[in-house]
Amino acid sequence: MPGDPLLQVSGLGKRFGGFVALEAIELAVSDGERVGLIGPNGSGKSTLVNCMCGTLRHEMGSVHFAGHTLDGLSAHERTRLGMSRSFQLPRPFNTLSLADNLRIPLLYAGRHGAQPIDERCAELLHMVGLADKATRLPRDLTQIEMRKLELARAMAAAPRLLIADEAMAGLSHHEVDDILALLIRLNEQGVTVILIEHIMRAVMHFSQRLVVLVAGRKIADGDPADVVRDPDVVRAYLGE
Amino acid sequence: MNGAKFVVLLLIVAAAVFGAALAIGNAYVFFAGYVVLQYIALATAWNILGGYTGYVNFGTAAFFALGAYTTVVLHKLTSLPLPIMMPIGGIVSGIVGLGTGYLTLRLRGSFFSIATLALAVVVQTLITNWDFVGGSRGAYIIRPMTTPLLGIDYIQYLFLVMLGLVVIVVATARAIERSRLGYGFATIRDDEVAAEASGVPTLRLKLLATTLSGAFMGMAGAPLPYYVTYLDPASGFSLAYAVNGVAMPLVGGTSSWLGPIIGAILLGTLQQVATVTISSALNLLIVGLMLVGFVIVAPNGILGLFGLGARRARA
Repeated sequence: MPGDPLLQVSGLGKRFGGFVALEAIELAVSDGERVGLIGPNGSGKSTLVNCMCGTLRHEMGSVHFAGHTLDGLSAHERTRLGMSRSFQLPRPFNTLSLADNLRIPLLYAGRHGAQPIDERCAELLHMVGLADKATRLPRDLTQIEMRKLELARAMAAAPRLLIADEAMAGLSHHEVDDILALLIRLNEQGVTVILIEHIMRAVMHFSQRLVVLVAGRKIADGDPADVVRDPDVVRAYLGE
Repeated sequence: MNGAKFVVLLLIVAAAVFGAALAIGNAYVFFAGYVVLQYIALATAWNILGGYTGYVNFGTAAFFALGAYTTVVLHKLTSLPLPIMMPIGGIVSGIVGLGTGYLTLRLRGSFFSIATLALAVVVQTLITNWDFVGGSRGAYIIRPMTTPLLGIDYIQYLFLVMLGLVVIVVATARAIERSRLGYGFATIRDDEVAAEASGVPTLRLKLLATTLSGAFMGMAGAPLPYYVTYLDPASGFSLAYAVNGVAMPLVGGTSSWLGPIIGAILLGTLQQVATVTISSALNLLIVGLMLVGFVIVAPNGILGLFGLGARRARA
């Protein structure tokens, strides 16, 4: 319905045996929003992403996206509905060239429209600065190039929502700015972005809203400046 | 080269091979050549699943023997010609492949491989206890007196039929490799989680690969009863089919339709030479040694040694 959030996560819970990874997570993301998701290591950020994207099945709660209930849908079905993600550790298709890596979502996600696939591959590679390496294999890339390929492949699925999982991990100051500029440009083109990151400089610059996970629970959700001053958030990162 | 031109080229090569075999004028060429062609079909069929998607099938003998025993059943019940029995054998094996895949492909690769190993044992046990096809005593198959094509011996006819199957299987494998489907298979092999995240319906594609691979293996086994004229479970489910089914693509190279052909011709010919010079008991030893050697020295097979392992196809 008009006015409904693009993404609505309601009461989401995930267990691994006796370990509660996520508990009663509530998250609403509006169309066009830039949301930052932070939390200490092991807080459940990637588990939440995996549950939203269908890589993992959640036991409790529900995920709604663009008017569809995602519960029970496989990851590829969610991608076809317009939810795309990049992985924390890049997962390129190692035997395929860079252009062919981007060809896969264009062939299978079914969202790129009438534009010829080769043209769209070239456009995406140019957008991330890898146009001159179109025929190379992923093993020939540097770390930042690998992360750019990962984002380009997520974009090739023409998503309405892009979830970037620690896309800047291990990068230099300048390289972080590169990736940040890319994500902001994508958002300006109409893509809703959830950024999961540890680099606070990037998170604060990027996010219109900040969500904090600690030990599988959401402890804060709001304006970034307010959230980072929240006593619970400070305690979670710095201790008593 | 487009698909139609490639099929024409294959037919020309097949005609040349048949002509050369006729020209040699020795019936053994057809007996030995049939086995090599059978392995080309078997190895290429295996590679559609094992090479393209990375899901290793250790139960080649089950699918192969199902095709052979389908022929035994049809031979007893009907008077259908062999070219009709082969697709029926393929359908039976394909259905078993689909069923096996449906039960196991939701799990990761190693569980599927273990399941195929178990499948071979289960199917062999069922056949061994089925009296209609002879059970453990085996079944005698008498070759027809005449061939549909006048003027050639029945073994030459079997050679021709297997040549035809090789054309079909190789053309299909190459077409898959260069298609949207082939790209999907490659992503399953490279990273199945990333493939799903990119929109690839991995389970559906894996089921398709399992069914197609199983069906072609069944078609490769369908003429066997007429070739051997006596079929029992021990020979129909021989370890040779499982081992060669894996070894030939690995030795030749799994990344392309050409690899299984190279591996089948190399290993198949070596085994035929060993059979007539020393003993057929050496065959699996030869295959085993070649496999170990290639895994150590050339893990991407002969194609990899010549740098032909990388994907060049375009959708």
